[in-house]
Amino acid sequence: MKQFRPAVLAAALAGALVAAPALADVKLSDGVVRIGVLTDLSGLYADISGAGVVEAVKMAADDFMKENPGIKVEVISADHQNKADIASTKAREWIDTQKVDMLQDLVTSSVALAVVKVAAEKKRIAIVNGAATSRVSNEDCTPYSVHYTYDTIAMANGTGKYVVKNGGDSWYFLTADYAFGHSLEKDVSAVVTANGGKVVGSVRHPLNTSDFSSFLLQAQSSGAKIIGLANAGGDTINTIKAASEFGLLKSGKQKLAGLLMFITDVHALGLNATQGLYITSAFYWDLNDETRKWSARYFERMKREPSMVQAGNYSSTMHYLKAVKAAGTDDSDTVMKKMRETPVNDFFARNGVIRADGRMVHDMYLVQVKSPAESKKPWDYYNVVATIPGKDAYLPLEKSACPLVKK
Amino acid sequence: MTEIFGIPIQAFAGQLLIGLQNGCFYAILSLGLAIIFGMLNIINFAHGALFMTGAFAAWYCTTSLGLSYWAALAVVPVVVGLFGILIERLLLQWLYKLDHLYGLLLTFGLALVIEGLFQHKFGSSGQSMSSPEALQGAVNLGFMFLPIYRGWVVGASIVLCIITWFMIERTRLGSYLRAGTENPRLVQSFGINVPLMITLTYGYGIALAAFAGVLAAPIIQVSPHMGANIIIVVFAVVVIGGMGSIMGSILTGLGLGLVEGLTKVFYPEASSTIVFVVMAIVLLIRPAGLFGKEK
Repeated sequence: MKQFRPAVLAAALAGALVAAPALADVKLSDGVVRIGVLTDLSGLYADISGAGVVEAVKMAADDFMKENPGIKVEVISADHQNKADIASTKAREWIDTQKVDMLQDLVTSSVALAVVKVAAEKKRIAIVNGAATSRVSNEDCTPYSVHYTYDTIAMANGTGKYVVKNGGDSWYFLTADYAFGHSLEKDVSAVVTANGGKVVGSVRHPLNTSDFSSFLLQAQSSGAKIIGLANAGGDTINTIKAASEFGLLKSGKQKLAGLLMFITDVHALGLNATQGLYITSAFYWDLNDETRKWSARYFERMKREPSMVQAGNYSSTMHYLKAVKAAGTDDSDTVMKKMRETPVNDFFARNGVIRADGRMVHDMYLVQVKSPAESKKPWDYYNVVATIPGKDAYLPLEKSACPLVKK
Repeated sequence: MTEIFGIPIQAFAGQLLIGLQNGCFYAILSLGLAIIFGMLNIINFAHGALFMTGAFAAWYCTTSLGLSYWAALAVVPVVVGLFGILIERLLLQWLYKLDHLYGLLLTFGLALVIEGLFQHKFGSSGQSMSSPEALQGAVNLGFMFLPIYRGWVVGASIVLCIITWFMIERTRLGSYLRAGTENPRLVQSFGINVPLMITLTYGYGIALAAFAGVLAAPIIQVSPHMGANIIIVVFAVVVIGGMGSIMGSILTGLGLGLVEGLTKVFYPEASSTIVFVVMAIVLLIRPAGLFGKEK
C-alpha cells in the first residue's frame, strides 16, 4: 500500500488547489447558502408543489455542490398550509434566526404576496414558482422578488387567446374566490375581449369546494360557449369530474377551458375525463432529450414525472446558486444583479431573462391532452400544439404596473 | 318563462335538487355522529377521516380487487365498521368516564394520523373513480339533466336514514340502546350486555360514514382531504339539529343542504359560510339546537 501514498497526497493537493479559489472567492455571510422552501406539504397544492418541490431544490443544491465543493448549500423546508399568516411568520423566523438567504416556491398566491413583502423588508431574495398571480411582477413587485415559472397572464395569453381564435368567443368563468382566481379571471377576460370575444358572466366559489354541480348548472344556463376554470388543484379536478358527470362536454355546445392545469391534475383525473383539453404549460417532461434526461433523474427520486412548478424550482435554484458563485457573495443586491444579467439556459428555459419587474420571461407551450388511445405509456399525456414565445406569453415590460420599471 | 327572484324556475328546481343531494351526505354523516354522541358521549372527530377511508376503500375494491361497485357498497361499510370497533375497544372505551374533551382530542388526533397516512401514500390530487355502469348517464327531468347516479344517492341515503331512525326509535333493540345510555347500570342489571351494545353502536356509526364515503366516491375526487372538507359542516349540522337527536340530524342535514344550494345561486361567495351563520343564529335562539331537549 505504501507506494500509493505519494499519489494520494498529490491528488489531495491538486484537489485543494482546485477548491481553494472557490473558497477564497465566494464570501458567504455565515459560511453557507441557506435556502428555505416554503410550500404546501399537506393541502390541495401538495402534488403540484409540495414534497416534489423540496426534492427538486435539494437536487439542485446537490448538483451544484458536486461541481462546487467549496460552497456549502443547505435546504430547509416548511409547510405553510396555504395560509399567508403562517407563511410570513415562518419566513420572518427563518430570516431572523436561521439566516436563510433565499425563499423558494411560495405556492398559493396569497402566500406569495405576503412573503415577497417580508423578504423585501429583510432584503432577502424570494423566488416565486408555485403561485400564479401576475401581481407578483406588477403592483406587488419588489427589488428582491422573482416570478419564475409562470403567471396568470401567460395562462391567459396561452389557452385564452387560442380558444377565442378557434371560435370560443363567449365565456363564463368559474372562479376560485381568492387572489389567484381573481387575477386569472381578470387577465383572461382582458385577452378574451381584446381578441373579439365577450364575457357573459362569472361565479365565484369558495376555495376547497367539493361539489361543483351547482356552479356548473349556472354556467350551463348562461349559454356561453366556453366555461373557463379560473381555479386550480383539487377545485379544478372536482369541476371537471362534475362536468363529465353532468354530460356537459358530450353535448358539444359548451367546452371547458382549464386555465391553470398541471400534469398532476391530468394524472389524477385520467385521460377519459380530460382528453382534448388545452393547457398552457411552462414545461413538459417529454419535450426533448434534455427535459427527458432531467425528468428521468427526478422520476428516480419521486416516482412520478415533475410538474412545471417542480421543474421551475430546480431551474431557479440552480440559477440563483450560479449567480452566488459568479458574484462571489450571497449579498442579496449583488446576487439579484447577477441573476438579472445572466440569461437562463438549461433544460427548463432557453434564453430566459429576469426583467426589472422580477418577471422571468421564457417560452411557454400550448398543449392538448391526448386521448387514451394516443397515450402510449403512463405520463404520456400531452401533444404540444404550439410554442408561445416569451414576449407574446408575458406582459410587455412597458405595460408592467411595477413601480420599479423606469418609464 | 316564470322566474323566482330573477332566476328561471327550472334552474331554481335544479339547484334545489343538487342541494338536496348534498344534504343527503350531511344527513348520513351527522346521523352517525348523533348516534355516537347520543350513546357514547364521544364527539367523534374521526368521522370525516373514516368517511374518506370508506371512499378510498371503494376505489381500491373496484380498481385493484376487481370487485363491482355493489360489492364494494356491501363490503366496505362492514370492513371500516370493524375498524371502528377496533378503535372503540382499543382506545375510546377508556375515555367514557372522562370529560367530552378527551374523546374529542383523541378522535381529532386519529383523524390527523389517518389523513396524513393517506396523503403520504396517495398524494393530494387523489384518485378518480367512475360510477357503476348501470347508473351512468342522465335522465331529462324537463328542468335539468339529472345524472342517474345522483338520483340513486338521494334515494339510498333517505332509505338508510329512515331504517336507522326506525331501528333506534321503534324497535326493542333500540329501546335497550336508549335505556342503556340513560342508565347503563340499571339496564345491565336486567342482563343486557351494555358495553357490547355501545361497541356495536360505534361500529354502526362508522359504517354509516363509510357507506357515505362509497356513495361519494364516484361524485367527488377521492382525496385525503375530502373528509376534512365536509366534517366541519357536518358538525355544524349536528349542533343545529341538537346534539344526539336522531331525527334532528336527518332533517337538519337535508335542510342545510338546500340552504347551501340556494346560497350557491344567490351569493356563491358565502356558500361555505352560510351553514355557520345559521348555526350562530340557532344557538342564539335555541341553545340546545332545533330538535334538542334543554337539560
